[in-house]
Amino acid sequence: MPNLGNATALTCRECGNSVELGPYYACAECFGPLEVSYDVKGVTRESIEAGPHNIWRYKDLLPVPPNVAEIPNLEPGFTRLVKADQLASALGLSALWVKDDSGNPTHSFKDRVVGVALAAARELGFKVLACPSTGNLANAVAAAAARAGIRSAVFVPSDLEQQKIITTAVYDGTFVTVDGNYDDVNRLASELAGEQEDWAFVNVNVRPYYAEGSKTLGYEIAEQLGWRLPDQIVVPIASGSQLTKIDKAFQELIKLGLVEDRPYKVYGAQAEGCSPVSAAYKAGQDVIRPVKPNTIAKSLAIGNPADGPYVLDAVRRTGGAIEDVTDTEVVDAIRLLARTEGIFAETAGGVTVGVLKKLIDSGQLDPSLETVIINSGEGLKTLDAVAPVAKPSANIAPSIEAFRATGLV
Amino acid sequence: MSVSVRIPTILRTYTGGEAEVKATGETLREVIADLEANYTGIAARVLDDTGKLRRFVNVYVGDEDVRFEQGLDTATPAGVQVSIIPAVAGGC
Repeated sequence: MPNLGNATALTCRECGNSVELGPYYACAECFGPLEVSYDVKGVTRESIEAGPHNIWRYKDLLPVPPNVAEIPNLEPGFTRLVKADQLASALGLSALWVKDDSGNPTHSFKDRVVGVALAAARELGFKVLACPSTGNLANAVAAAAARAGIRSAVFVPSDLEQQKIITTAVYDGTFVTVDGNYDDVNRLASELAGEQEDWAFVNVNVRPYYAEGSKTLGYEIAEQLGWRLPDQIVVPIASGSQLTKIDKAFQELIKLGLVEDRPYKVYGAQAEGCSPVSAAYKAGQDVIRPVKPNTIAKSLAIGNPADGPYVLDAVRRTGGAIEDVTDTEVVDAIRLLARTEGIFAETAGGVTVGVLKKLIDSGQLDPSLETVIINSGEGLKTLDAVAPVAKPSANIAPSIEAFRATGLV
Repeated sequence: MSVSVRIPTILRTYTGGEAEVKATGETLREVIADLEANYTGIAARVLDDTGKLRRFVNVYVGDEDVRFEQGLDTATPAGVQVSIIPAVAGGC
């Protein structure tokens, strides 16, 4: 048996079938997703607070070896929770925080999931860290493997933002661009995972472990709010995993008695050009109809989201909602967040802020309640999105007269 | 029509460890029925109790996800590659 801390087994979310901890990700009975089960005892606020200022302070709630913090890794997590008073004013909210995951080592929340995937994959005997990616994951896998001294193998769509290509290639792992969209790349990786037995495709064959990393977003938000849950949270949806795991984290904290058991609402954010989960929510359906993505929010451009049905469950159970915004609204929202809070979000962050605004305007989100939104990544990686509209105020000769002539004094 | 079917790891217990097998059928439905005739039990892993494709299975005929085509009625021309893949995805 691998030593993955308090993790005890993998259990199917669909049919409840359980298997031992191992390199499994799909249920042999029904193909449903396997999830990590735990036996957690003796975790207190104090024991967590005594831990390091990264995700390993929550190691007792993750499928990782007890000595995980001592093995070279990127030490992601414990990013800023920014009180966003000016953005709140602009939107008419009484209290708003931005969980800013652009502060992670490779500037997206993906460092969290990769950190957990890497720790579990090594314990399970894998030799290579691999992934299909829309960009952020590619950065995180290539960097984490470099730090760990193991080989990486990363596959991305060839039309990815140039910034994400360069910020992956620089780590000098195996890096392949594929002529196709993300869903095509994902399919290739799924097929490769069946052939390359010692390759851990973080979001495929070690996905149950990887996905648990997103829980740390929920743990941190609660801890940073002074060990309490927010009234509501808005989370971007690509595969939907992040949203379901934040919900899972809140549920676990309640169950462990680390926070007060009070209601909270989970809201989901999509880009209109790739909104299969939003469409299913609005149509009152339980089944996700896959789409062919067409949006500037490439990190969210997953047309066939694996966790879509579970997102619908979490949102409906908590009384939240799901909305989607146009590419123009995404760009406007990126600029609004930058202008009001000094945070330069990538397109996924723009989707989340844009959806927050839309939810308020449509009366689906109560502006008098405490709200947290996730900024999952860094604007420098998606410069193309704002390049046409983010420009200097003026260009002048080096003289006071020239500056005065602009009317900017 | 004879087609080639890629079998995912979790179904290879049915195919004696084979990652790729031959099957015949004019449509995906017929191909799955033919697989069942040769590898008893495999159809129930791919189809649910009502005979529909399971929610977490993706099937491709050539490069096309059959959900974008005619589902189980998607035509399977001779020599085409059929792939059965667990539905997983990365991203946020």
